[in-house]
Amino acid sequence: MRVNGEPVVLDVPPQVSLLDGLRDRLGLTGPKKGCDQGACGACTVLADGERIVSCLALAVQYEGREITTIEGVASLPDGAALQREFIRRDGFQCGFCTSGQICSAIGMLAERDSDAPPTRDEIREGMSGNLCRCGAYNGIVDAIEEVAT
Amino acid sequence: MTAIGQAFDRVDGAIKTTGAAKFSADQTYPGLAHAALTHASTARGRITEIDTTDATRVPGVLAVITHHNAPKMKMPSVGLMPPVFGTTVVCLNTDEVHWDGQPVAVVVAETQEAARAAAARVRVSCSPLPSAVDFSTAEAKPQKNSMLQAGSARKGDALAALESAPVAVDREFTTPPHNHNAIEPHTTTAVWDGDRLTVHEPTQNIGGVRRTLSAAFGVPIDKIRVVSEHVGGGFGGKGLVWPGTILAVLAARVTGRPVRLVLTREGVYRTVGGRTPSVQRVAIGADREGRMTSLVHTSVTRVGRTGGGPEGVTIQSSHLYDARNILLRQNIAEVDLLANTFMRAPGEAIGTFALESTVDELAHELHMDPIDLRMRNEPTRDPIGDKPFTRRNLRAAYELGAKEFGWEQRTPQPRSMRDGQWLIGWGVATAFHPPVHLVANASLRFSTDGTALLRCGFHEMGMGAATAQAQITADALGIPFEAVRVEHGDSSLPAGPMAGGSNQTGSVAAAVHTLAPKLRRALGGEISVEALARKRKPYVEVSIGADSPLGRATGQARLMSKFLRDRRKGVRAVTGAQFCEVRVDADTGEIRVSRWVGAFDCGTVINPKTAASQLRGGIVLGIGAALSEETLVDPRTGRIMNPSLAEYHLPVHADVPEIDVHWLDEPDPTMPAGLLGVGEVGVTGAAAAVANAVFHATGKRVRDLPITLDKVV
Ligand code: FES
Ligand code: FES
Repeated sequence: MRVNGEPVVLDVPPQVSLLDGLRDRLGLTGPKKGCDQGACGACTVLADGERIVSCLALAVQYEGREITTIEGVASLPDGAALQREFIRRDGFQCGFCTSGQICSAIGMLAERDSDAPPTRDEIREGMSGNLCRCGAYNGIVDAIEEVAT
Repeated sequence: MTAIGQAFDRVDGAIKTTGAAKFSADQTYPGLAHAALTHASTARGRITEIDTTDATRVPGVLAVITHHNAPKMKMPSVGLMPPVFGTTVVCLNTDEVHWDGQPVAVVVAETQEAARAAAARVRVSCSPLPSAVDFSTAEAKPQKNSMLQAGSARKGDALAALESAPVAVDREFTTPPHNHNAIEPHTTTAVWDGDRLTVHEPTQNIGGVRRTLSAAFGVPIDKIRVVSEHVGGGFGGKGLVWPGTILAVLAARVTGRPVRLVLTREGVYRTVGGRTPSVQRVAIGADREGRMTSLVHTSVTRVGRTGGGPEGVTIQSSHLYDARNILLRQNIAEVDLLANTFMRAPGEAIGTFALESTVDELAHELHMDPIDLRMRNEPTRDPIGDKPFTRRNLRAAYELGAKEFGWEQRTPQPRSMRDGQWLIGWGVATAFHPPVHLVANASLRFSTDGTALLRCGFHEMGMGAATAQAQITADALGIPFEAVRVEHGDSSLPAGPMAGGSNQTGSVAAAVHTLAPKLRRALGGEISVEALARKRKPYVEVSIGADSPLGRATGQARLMSKFLRDRRKGVRAVTGAQFCEVRVDADTGEIRVSRWVGAFDCGTVINPKTAASQLRGGIVLGIGAALSEETLVDPRTGRIMNPSLAEYHLPVHADVPEIDVHWLDEPDPTMPAGLLGVGEVGVTGAAAAVANAVFHATGKRVRDLPITLDKVV
């Protein structure tokens, strides 16, 4: 597969999740493990531009795909702008959910088929799979809105 | 221009938005092995057999450690100070099981997958012992008064005054157990090098981890280094040392390998305590003008038989209303469950729910505006102790909040505001939290390049602590914000305070304010590159406190004298007004929080950006407590029935509206830089504001959290 633009070989047993493959084998510790069961979104990465929760994905299923983690998003459209606006709008506190929030935001914006900028409610709806226990939700929505308009 | 008061971006912004920040589970070591826990599924009992044959056969397994082969450990002695560990049980040193979920084996393997697979194959047989796990039927005993918390307080004869009051409301409330659910699970990476130990651990109490591990493994404290640079959320759940930490260190010791133990989400629920449930009674008597003649607030909370502490549920009730007679009493029931622990605004988070709901009920009885009723009973001195408030301008907070919210547009009758299908309700409640003040060791250095370095082992779990301290230091030295660097989160730095009780910013600021004049003197009266050049040194450094047995004892003495001095000065607290709008679907009872305004009297605000985030974060937690959060404990077995983020419902993006926060920005005269900690106050009053809004929308008074839709239809 390719990860953040580089070809990589990830040789793992079939039960290893993509998240563990990225973190433990490739040393990409940006994606986080908050629940390991698809409920928090902290492990969100992009697979060929689509957001997935990597804890529920088996690494072997992603053979030949293009994976982008937070470490590589700066080169994507909106990636660097989101990173900048998350800082400016205080879209995080502890920062543990942040990689997932940013990757998810990129994926969410790409999913839209309308050219009109998303409303705040649409952003909220589209981001509701990414939990933030610090409660930085307002800042996250501010940041995404800023980038999307 | 001063740095304090400016909305600087967080200093850790770049690393936290690029994935570069290394949390505890991100630390790698050559030869790192992985650990996983096996839990008991008995509330109380004795292990009769523990079969590790299958577990040992899993490829890659290095060790399966149980009470049969674990080395002996011990917990530190509990002195005058509150304990730093969560439970007195030394797991794997006993065949006794004290709660459902207690770790009974730790498996170490080459990979995480192998460790988890093997942990699931350890077979444990237990013979059960009689247990009491049902909080609703457990016997409660009065809480004793201690130096740290009063179990009861009284003024006059509140019960008699209640009897004779022209108007009275007397209500019972319940709140369920809650879990912190920091998105980062508890994680320990432990590395032994001979008898030296390095532990990467997300903690709110570096010193507590060190002390506990020192006792558990019989290693002098100065051979233990605890690193905790970034904590992925704490909320109290990382304030004490829980079994996973000790067992990871044990696993590393037994296998001679660096070991990482990341608790599963279920593992966090089963081995790290949460907020106690409560049953509360609040009764208020008043005359027809709304002047309170009697205020009664009593509570029952629980502790585990092997740990946990009282919850100060009635604390705010001794400070908020000028009632002529007051009776407060806290009771505690002991059960065979995992110890409870503190969670964001322990006591006030749930205590304000009952008190502020009852005040709203009284306003309704009196046909009086709920803010008006509160202001008629606003005290000028502390109602019970008759001490002064170090500052209190709740009146102004209410005025500000009411204006921002548009409160005067409210029609008082329940169900009187509507938008098509949606019943609209506006509710209000008072927020109250008294930040504590601890002591910090620190050092401060000024270098030839004109920069300053503050070193203090405080904790950063999202509060923006490093950013705020850089601002405070910049002003104390009269240099720009950008010229200050801050190192934190490591026991090799001068010891910081624990992060709890909203103390940290103030406690570290006090150290900075002691160090700045010292540094100025050391530089001959002025902080400048020129002054340093005259000294012919690359830098000048001053410090406060020492990491030695004597230094630690002196620190304790400093802490005690500060505590007593503070108590004499009067009552110091953040107050605030929480305004909430809910929309309730007239048919389905679906409840949406649609608007929020919080106005706080919280002293000087160091950084408006990060302070607003902290206040909002507290309010979000309060919205969760109001509407969805509940840890379900099986009353027959003591098993947590929803130990996952899929079944314990935290507020998500769609549940949280714009939260508009304001403050008065008036300094507290007794605090360094006039600041008061704001990490906890946001959650207080929030659940009551929601409940009061739901009543206003629907005419239904819900006194049992969470307010789910079945309770309003
Ligand atoms: S870790 Fe994947 S969704 Fe929580
Ligand atoms: S920033 Fe802490 S969980 Fe989102």
